[in-house]
Amino acid sequence: MASTDARVISMDEQRAARAAQGGRPRCAATTSEGRPCRNYAVADGYCRIHADEVADPEEAPPARPPARPSGGIDLFEGLRDVLGDDWLDLVKDVAAFARRRLTGDYEVDEFGFDADFTTNVMMPLLRPLHRYYWRVSNSGTEHLPTGGGLVVANHAGTLPADAVMTRLDIFEATGRHARELGADLVFRSPFIGHLGRKTGATLAAGDDADRLLEAGELVAVWPEGFKGVGKHWRDRYKLQRFGRGGFVATALRAQVPIVPTAIVGSEEIYPLVYDVRVLARLLGFPYFPIVAQMFAAPVLGPLSLLPLPTKWHIEYGEPIDTTEYGPEAADDPMAVFDLTDRVRDTIQQMLYRNLMGRRSVFF
Amino acid sequence: MAEAIGRRVLITGIANELAGMLARRLEERDDVEYVVGVDVREPHHDLTRTEFVRADIRNPLVTKVITAAAVDTIVHMSTVSAPDSAGGRARMKEQNVIGAMQLFAAAQKSDTVRRLVLKSTTAVYGSDYSDPALFREEDTPRVPPTSGFAKDATEIEGYARAFGRRRGDVDLTILRFANFLGGRMESAMGAFFALPVVPSVLGYDPRLQFCHEEDAVDVLGRVVLGSHPGIYNVAGPGILYLSQCVRIAGRVPAPIPLPLVSAVAALVKRSRRVDFSPEQLRFLQFGRVGDIQRLREDLDFEPRYSARAAFEDFIARRRISGIVDRDEVVRWERELYDFIQRKGQERFIAARRST
Repeated sequence: MASTDARVISMDEQRAARAAQGGRPRCAATTSEGRPCRNYAVADGYCRIHADEVADPEEAPPARPPARPSGGIDLFEGLRDVLGDDWLDLVKDVAAFARRRLTGDYEVDEFGFDADFTTNVMMPLLRPLHRYYWRVSNSGTEHLPTGGGLVVANHAGTLPADAVMTRLDIFEATGRHARELGADLVFRSPFIGHLGRKTGATLAAGDDADRLLEAGELVAVWPEGFKGVGKHWRDRYKLQRFGRGGFVATALRAQVPIVPTAIVGSEEIYPLVYDVRVLARLLGFPYFPIVAQMFAAPVLGPLSLLPLPTKWHIEYGEPIDTTEYGPEAADDPMAVFDLTDRVRDTIQQMLYRNLMGRRSVFF
Repeated sequence: MAEAIGRRVLITGIANELAGMLARRLEERDDVEYVVGVDVREPHHDLTRTEFVRADIRNPLVTKVITAAAVDTIVHMSTVSAPDSAGGRARMKEQNVIGAMQLFAAAQKSDTVRRLVLKSTTAVYGSDYSDPALFREEDTPRVPPTSGFAKDATEIEGYARAFGRRRGDVDLTILRFANFLGGRMESAMGAFFALPVVPSVLGYDPRLQFCHEEDAVDVLGRVVLGSHPGIYNVAGPGILYLSQCVRIAGRVPAPIPLPLVSAVAALVKRSRRVDFSPEQLRFLQFGRVGDIQRLREDLDFEPRYSARAAFEDFIARRRISGIVDRDEVVRWERELYDFIQRKGQERFIAARRST
């Protein structure tokens, strides 16, 4: 077949070759179909393809659709150069996505989770942050359960970037969407609230979490809450109180494992040096942060609002089995407190271990 | 005794489309002996054996009907949801709340009544950011409705439950319907999507749940003819975001910043096309979804129309045409594919020739 005779010719080479021929002599070889080759000759009176064939027929690179022989800018080749080899599928995917969004042809679950939007818009947007900005590495992803489970992690950094990155990290590792439990302030806020719902977050209240775990979802929770996100720089990696242990009771009721998770690097992205309480109270915020990089504002301008590009590591710890306590332990406050402390201690130890092991904040 | 002969049913608010559909359903049944409808307006349905009594439910005549006809089942569905159709909010409240009180009082007096079915609404759950994702029937609203139809519905349910406590021998069924949609019924949501542009609150996208009118009639028929005491949320499975509805309908959204919403609502209200109470504005912010597990398990009812199916049926039957045509978009996509395919083929042929 003619197509199997195809050779790779990079566009630049081709263009250079074309520019070089003034009189444009044709190739002297005959094609496999017995007709004279219509390609322009490049060297020794043969076109590039036949010149190679004559020289060394074995050294043929794997077959690939040949470059268009005519001149001008080739849209197809250009797109391939930019988007990679499977660019055709990519174009089709984007077109299909656009069609689904325009006609409302996508499914949303009862909590408002829009998997189509999350997978195709949110995750690709966040991926550069995950991969290049904070260079998130992980360990212990094998501890993430395949069924229902509760991921519990530390929370800090003035803005809850750790939650978003952990979501993405779990998605990259397992292909599963962890469902976050958020504070009601999140759902009260315009835009953020509905973005949260669409990306799968729901209210950190018993009912919703129970439902998600019953359905076998992976649920992620940051029990430090605003006490964690708004913690002072000097308190970095010191876990705050773990709420009232509601998350533990939920896991006990559903009898799912708790995965203690330590995020290192996230607590240094916005070193909070001062909390303007008066302003926070006035505006109804849980805290009003002054972060370290703000002092660089006279020099860096708006750049000073960027989070610091620290190096992150997420460690998923060994799951804590809740079946040994039994579902009735959910109604036993003592057992809930004990288990809450155990989870908190585990994460604290994991944090210390990872902090000791890291080379520097940024690398 | 009445049971042995056949059911004798009283339907309030018979002029409503849904009540008419229920009456027609009951007329077809052999085990329903007698159907009487009460309303202040004359019904326009094709009813054959249903008797019509033109009366307000506050009228003592209703008590007489219940006694004289030996009614054993009362279906109360005359609650008015829009102030305009009742002639103002004050009259609406009077009709809804006082009317229900008097109806329940009459039912309590009667010794033939065995069953009371109340058509209620999921609006009794209110609408708030701190709501659970799905409301169970036993959940209490985080922020109870303070005005309009939702408040009336809450009060009516309260009286119905008081009645149920006093008459333990009567099966009380409360059906909390989600927003109705369908080809025939007039509904708040129907009017909303028929507006030239669909208003929304900027930065908020409520989750909506719908109940198709055919499912509503099926459920009503089932509880009227059977014995299913309790409270049930009634809706199709699944949800749609408001933004998604707008896209499915191919309409144009008009997001309004929150501070301007009341002003715009007043304007729209003046045009008499859609009613916007503060409750509905909150609903447009946060939406509301009821859990239909009990409907499925205890009532053994599987809705035929999911939220999407109900909405698409409504769009098709009401002939709501969009600015963005779905077929058009699908055609664009296919054309793009065809173009890529054609180009690919051309290139392939060109490549074959050249080698």
